[in-house]
Amino acid sequence: MTERELKIQEKKAAQPGDENTKNEAYFAPHVDIYETDREVAVIADMPGVTVEDVDLSLEDNILTIQGHRTLQKQSGRILLEEYESGHYLRRFTVAETIDQEKIEASLADGVLTVHLPKAVPTQPRKIEVKIG
Amino acid sequence: MAFVRFTDRPGFRNPWAEFERIRQGLDELSRSYAEKSKGSRANVYPALNIYEEADRLLITAELPGVKAADLDLSIEGETLTIQGKRDRRQNEAGASYHRREIESGGFSRAIALPVKVNAEHVVARLSDGILTITLSKASAVTPRQIKVTAE
Repeated sequence: MTERELKIQEKKAAQPGDENTKNEAYFAPHVDIYETDREVAVIADMPGVTVEDVDLSLEDNILTIQGHRTLQKQSGRILLEEYESGHYLRRFTVAETIDQEKIEASLADGVLTVHLPKAVPTQPRKIEVKIG
Repeated sequence: MAFVRFTDRPGFRNPWAEFERIRQGLDELSRSYAEKSKGSRANVYPALNIYEEADRLLITAELPGVKAADLDLSIEGETLTIQGKRDRRQNEAGASYHRREIESGGFSRAIALPVKVNAEHVVARLSDGILTITLSKASAVTPRQIKVTAE
C-alpha cells in the first residue's frame, strides 16, 4: 500500500475557562490551520458534533471553537473501551485582522471548517498640507 | 575466588532486606502493568468501543473526515474487518500551514467478535464522523426467556 496508515492520535484534554459543575470531559480537537493571502482557515476534527451544537466566537483576537455533544450513556456491558467521548474546546489567538462579518463555517463528517477572511487593509489616508 | 568478609555481606544486618527488595520490585512491576492496561489503548486505528447488550453487540468508532463511500465493512466467520481511508484535503494554492495535526491515510482493523453474530442482520451507520455498528447475536447465544409454570 502506497498510502500512509492512519495512527491513533492521543486525545488531549482541554480545560474550559470555568470549572464545570458537571463532570464532563473536554478534549482539544486536532486541527489544521493554514493561511492564504485572503483568509485564515481552521479545520478541526470534532466527531459526533451536530451543526446546532457548534459554538464559534472571535473576541479580542481569540477564536474559540466549542462543540457540545449529547452523550448518551451506553447500555450494556463494556467489552472494550479504547476511546473516551467528550465535548470539544480549543482556543487560538488570531494575529491577523479578520473581517468578522464574513466568517463562514461548515461541518461535514464530523469535521469543522472555519474560514476567517482577512480584513482588507484600509488605504492610508493622505493628508494634504495646505500652505497657509 | 574473591573473599568477602562476613560482616560486609549486604543484608547481613537485616536478613529480610533481600526479600523486601524483591517485594518492592514486584510491586513496581504490577503497578506498571496496571497503568498500561488502563483504558486498554489499542495501536490500530480506529479506536473502538464495544458494548454488549442482551441480544446485540454495539461497536462504535470515531472516524472524522471519513466518507461512507470510503468505508468498507465485512464479516467473515467471527471476524469483523473495518477498512477505509481518509483523503487528504486538496491544498489551496499559496497556503502556508500554521498547524498540521490532522492526518490522512488508510486504515484497516480486524477484530474477533466475542460472540457469534447473525451476519445477515448488521446495521452500520456513519453520522457526524461516528460509526456505529449494530450486530445482532446469533439466536443460539441470545438468552431465551423460559417460562415457569406453576403446577
